[in-house]
Amino acid sequence: MQRRTFIHSLALGASLLTPLGRGVWAASTPTASPTQKKLIVIMLRGAVDGLNVVAPVADENYLRLRPTIGLAMPGMEGGAIDLDGYFGLHPALASLQPLWAEKKLAFIHASGSPDSTRSHFDAQDYMESATPGRKGTPDGWMNRLVANLPGAATPSRALSIGPVMPRILSGASAAMNLPNGAGGTKANVLDRKEVGAAFDQLYASHERFGRAYQDGKTAHQEVMAAAAAATAENEKNPADRGAPLPNGFPDDAARLATLMRNDPKIQVAFVDLGGWDTHAGQGAGKGQLANRLLPLGQGLAVLAKRLGPMFDDTTVIVMSEFGRTARENGNGGTDHGHGNVMWVMGGAVNGGKVYGDWQGVGDAALNEGRDLPVTTDFRAVLAQVAERHMGLGDRQLLKIFPNMPQKGGAFQLIRT
Amino acid sequence: MRMSSISIAILSALLCTGAPVLAAPPATGTLVGADTAASAPAAMSAEQQAVHVLNRVAFGPRPGDIERVAKIGVQNYLDEQLHPETLPYPPELTRRLAQLSTPNRKAGDVVGEFVELQKQVRDEDEGAKQRRRAALTAVAMETAEARLARAIDSPRQLEEVMVDFWYNHFNVYSGKGIDRALVASYERDAIRPNAMGNFHDLLKATAHHPAMLYYLDNYLSTADGFTPGGKKAGPKAKAQGLNENYARELMELHTLGVDGGYSQKDVTELARMLTGWTYDQRALIRSNQTFRFDAARHDGGVKHWLGREVAPAGVSEGDMALDVLAMHPATAHHISYKLAQYFVADQPNNALVERMARVYLASDGDIRSVLRVLFASEQFLAPDAAGAKFKTPYQFVVSAARASGTPVNNIAPLLGTMTQLGMPLYGCQTPDGYKNTEQAWLNPDALTRRIAFATALAAGKLPLAAKPAPLAALPAPAPDMSMTAAPPPPPVQVAALPPLDPGQLQATLGEAISPRTRGAIAASAPPLRAAMLLGSPDFMQR
Repeated sequence: MQRRTFIHSLALGASLLTPLGRGVWAASTPTASPTQKKLIVIMLRGAVDGLNVVAPVADENYLRLRPTIGLAMPGMEGGAIDLDGYFGLHPALASLQPLWAEKKLAFIHASGSPDSTRSHFDAQDYMESATPGRKGTPDGWMNRLVANLPGAATPSRALSIGPVMPRILSGASAAMNLPNGAGGTKANVLDRKEVGAAFDQLYASHERFGRAYQDGKTAHQEVMAAAAAATAENEKNPADRGAPLPNGFPDDAARLATLMRNDPKIQVAFVDLGGWDTHAGQGAGKGQLANRLLPLGQGLAVLAKRLGPMFDDTTVIVMSEFGRTARENGNGGTDHGHGNVMWVMGGAVNGGKVYGDWQGVGDAALNEGRDLPVTTDFRAVLAQVAERHMGLGDRQLLKIFPNMPQKGGAFQLIRT
Repeated sequence: MRMSSISIAILSALLCTGAPVLAAPPATGTLVGADTAASAPAAMSAEQQAVHVLNRVAFGPRPGDIERVAKIGVQNYLDEQLHPETLPYPPELTRRLAQLSTPNRKAGDVVGEFVELQKQVRDEDEGAKQRRRAALTAVAMETAEARLARAIDSPRQLEEVMVDFWYNHFNVYSGKGIDRALVASYERDAIRPNAMGNFHDLLKATAHHPAMLYYLDNYLSTADGFTPGGKKAGPKAKAQGLNENYARELMELHTLGVDGGYSQKDVTELARMLTGWTYDQRALIRSNQTFRFDAARHDGGVKHWLGREVAPAGVSEGDMALDVLAMHPATAHHISYKLAQYFVADQPNNALVERMARVYLASDGDIRSVLRVLFASEQFLAPDAAGAKFKTPYQFVVSAARASGTPVNNIAPLLGTMTQLGMPLYGCQTPDGYKNTEQAWLNPDALTRRIAFATALAAGKLPLAAKPAPLAALPAPAPDMSMTAAPPPPPVQVAALPPLDPGQLQATLGEAISPRTRGAIAASAPPLRAAMLLGSPDFMQR
């Protein structure tokens, strides 16, 4: 039975109030375990320059707008990697080319938030709450997503890598955070029995901090077990171990993949990476932006590889709060813009395509004469993944993405 | 059991001195806090008030502080703190600060050394690279030491709290290029002298300082169509065009606030007004000239900004903009909100914020006047305000060092812990600075790490007495912290320090520790008690 999809109905401008009661998606596609389908979100804080990530290299305006920072045509030295004859991928992302060729990587260009703010902080807030223009939303959309997934809630179901809990995972559902680097999978002071017992007394039933404390302990135990299982697996099969990785994102990505493979309870994960606010000297094929993109591409490739068969059940989304100006500024950099490119990768992704309503970078096509318009609302992409990949129904989608947009998303990102 | 009886004894003694009580409702004499109150929380006792102001206006109590404050009364303590010039540094602190090099050098000298080392590194000499690393480490460690030595030991605690507050408000990331060499001067010359002064002066000082001009790229910004002359190399020599980075953050973060009623057009126009605000590196190094207005780079056209027409007037355009922004009602509200959030509650009372904003405008941005009305407010000393704020990692680490009474010769373990907790000192990359709310800092991993730090400090296992500091504790030099794995914790050395005495620690913290926690600690094995105090839920809050 063909079910009219939530997103498609939005693309057609249908009212959300239309009764949709034909049963939830999950009911028609039973999965082995409620946590089988995985979602990983990578947020690039600081507004990555999407026009140099997936660059319209064949557009006659591109190098006119970006004479010193524009990427050279594919085939030239330091040139972009051809994607579809019009768009080219930044050469520092070469490690993603195989995933593109296997059609497991897609991009949605000119996407983003409908809110026009060019404040990093407000724009990130909106992207994490998924309520553009509304700052009072108390929780993040990934937290609401977890709350609406079937199955039992456990603290390790939602995991963030980094020392602080991001807004996107904050809220009523339990979530845990692991520090960057190897420290998070090692024994800590509370594993010492008498110390653990002493602090249990202080925290276990503490009104204000008890939950964070307990979540931390439970998650730590699960992560330790997963790390131990991974070690045992490596000892059995040393060839599987892979080369040692440089510190930073590739290393964290490898660890995340290992944890997810060994702890089936981990279902959604979040990583944020900073340093994309390239107002000056961002470089073209090489330079500041290239130096940031390189470990990001490597890390994503490592993640795909080390997830192994689990990659088939995983969708990875890369997003950033807004794009940057189409024109380079006087300092070889770019200022705050609007539309950007979203990246979606995974076993079920309808990849090898650049999606979106692309209107070029001619002067008339630019938003306010300076940057890309937003022709696909970022929530349309997120909701499609939540629906088609995570199997959530309309009722849940409306809780996760209230006041859903009417804009964009008339494409099938996920194969079903 | 012993500890609580000591504490009760101190309390009774204090109450007998008849210490004045500030809060509007009369003191009830309730010793054990709100637990026993039927409905409305009881007013704070003198000791509770002392604990509260030490947690808010200072970085928590040091040994003996609670008794002293309860004795002189919180009002006298607040008056003292509002006039730091009346509080001399102890000679030991003065001596320690005098021995530091970087914090006592001219900005130009430090930059000169930085640039010289950079030149040598270009020659790919391995020795030069090592010298550069060592020099940068020394600069960073000394800058941090000048901050932490004062935060822990200065009697002018409110001044240190305000330095932390304003540094975050006007944040500069020390990991970006030449800012490594400039943050010491930035804090010393732009932030610290104005921390309790006038906001207008503070704003001007940050706007003219090369650390800020560099961090938010204004040093590069030129009129559209400007053609650089000469044959110099470097990004500034080649720059030709507007850079709106600083202009945007100046309105969004430093003054009006994001909802302060400006448009993208206002950002661009303000950026045009600020073109030519830069510094000349050679003049900086040669004669410590930290600011230069370069008329050739300035946009000489008419601008339309915040509803007014701005006639071409060179550097005066930027000066005028700072005047307007400093005294704008939106700025008064924004600054008052942030201060109230820092000192009172994550969601501060709106009437209080409005009252502060009125005082801000009436006093032409006098920070001390705004703080005075804040401290005198009902909300500041309300019983439910006690412990309502969750300590930031900086506040947690500094307050633990203060409570311990341990002399901190080596600050590296403190810096390493702040980094692990996600708050490396001078290491916030983004211009919004670190937040100070519970939502930002409370998470499962943070509690475990704070407990680990408390346990190590209590056991005397942090190498606080040792020198030199390990490199690993510094903020990562990469311009992108989150791409870099957190540095490993400083190596744990054989205990050079005795474990902390739990009885003394409890006496120091007094009613900052609830009866419930005291009871659980008293029932635990003595070697765990000091760790439990510093790692308790009570010590996470202020």
